[in-house]
Amino acid sequence: MKYAFFLGCTIPARAANYEISTRKIAPKLGIELVDIPDFTCCGFPVKSVDSFTTLVMAAKNISLAEEQGSNICTLCNGCVVTLAEANHELKHNEELRNKVNKELKKIGREYKGTIEVKHFARVLYEDVGVDKIKTAVKYPLEDFKLAAHYGCHYFKPSAVYGRLDDPEFPTTLDKLIEATGAPSFDYETKTECCGGGILGISEDIALQMARVKLDDLKIENADALISICPFCSVMYDANQKSIEKKFETEYNIPVLYYTQILGLALGIPADELEFKRNRIKPKEILVKFEKKYGKEKLVKS
Amino acid sequence: MSEGVINVKELDSGFKYRITEEPGGEHLMRCYACGTCTASCPVRAIEESFNPRKIIRMAILGMKDEVLKSDFVWLCSTCYICQERCPQDVVITELMNALKNIAVKEGIIHPGYVAQASEIAKFGRLYEIDEFANKKREKMGLPILKSEGKDIQTIYKNTGADKYIEKPEEGK
Repeated sequence: MKYAFFLGCTIPARAANYEISTRKIAPKLGIELVDIPDFTCCGFPVKSVDSFTTLVMAAKNISLAEEQGSNICTLCNGCVVTLAEANHELKHNEELRNKVNKELKKIGREYKGTIEVKHFARVLYEDVGVDKIKTAVKYPLEDFKLAAHYGCHYFKPSAVYGRLDDPEFPTTLDKLIEATGAPSFDYETKTECCGGGILGISEDIALQMARVKLDDLKIENADALISICPFCSVMYDANQKSIEKKFETEYNIPVLYYTQILGLALGIPADELEFKRNRIKPKEILVKFEKKYGKEKLVKS
Repeated sequence: MSEGVINVKELDSGFKYRITEEPGGEHLMRCYACGTCTASCPVRAIEESFNPRKIIRMAILGMKDEVLKSDFVWLCSTCYICQERCPQDVVITELMNALKNIAVKEGIIHPGYVAQASEIAKFGRLYEIDEFANKKREKMGLPILKSEGKDIQTIYKNTGADKYIEKPEEGK
């Protein structure tokens, strides 16, 4: 399974823990990630200004992967929705495709419509499969209550993603979490929006939106929130202290990337999974894990 | 949003057609005002002034200035809940984006988007990956990344998006 690895903007700037843990687990599950140096921003931030420009920016990136004959895999929900939506529209609308290709020609590129765009979590779910992940797990995370956070753009709009997941009651990330041995659980605010989309417009409303889920997780006594989007993590992890201060409350809820906890379950030493870069430290989880499976699982042997 | 009396003389009856011509706004007239969007909206749950049903009614009525010059037009978080639930397939998230795109063409643009679009033109990404950042990446065992805005600048120039950004330095 070879994929063109699309990093986008937020991952290299703010989520080295996500990138590093992904690069560690991919080969263990038979996924080859290929870097394409000429990838640029997916186009997401420009859509509010001019959606056609976003289509051209997305198509440019897709054309680079087409040249290599590789499907694209992203880590960010914003990147996957932008690239997958452009791919969907351009495959089905010839007039639009010609219009976009007219622009791409001026930078020496052409969109052909020959590849697919998937989120890394979708690659794990559909191409690797839950059963294969279960078999590969060495240290089941059965003692932890891990809450799935899909992030809106991972599974919506359903018109773009088709059969991937249910737009009201998604289950794929829950099944991936269960594959690590953790008993995933239902909670009321599972599909709540993090507010990240309007952080730059109104920080006040955005933080209030993120707070909704953190309040719920506190009541549910979750050990951690499991994220698959760097921007959702900005809202729940990087901004958690600001939310605590703003609303005079306390959460201390670690927000971990799925790739980090899967790495732990697969037997990758914790210090290679860069938990030190998560703002809210998952200290209790790591201590409990070490107690159960031995200290050597936490540090390089 | 003004809560007063609507003056029919001030309405722009062509506004709805301007919207249905904009990509994403095609299904505006399908709305029968059930309010599923507003009831589902996580932004509305916090900020009363963001009311998708009301925005759609205002748009259909032709309250162009009240819609385009409002603060609320920028507040959609693009969660797609309304779009998934809309019984009339108004494709509301895309409609909200169409309104933003029209506002931009009318010269109204949120400064946050000017800043973001400008950074991307400079670096090809929202955040520059300079030599120092690439050294750090190498230390972490990660491949070094390019940070070039040339292609984006060409795309912006040809689509006209360059009008809305701060001018980048030549050739960077």
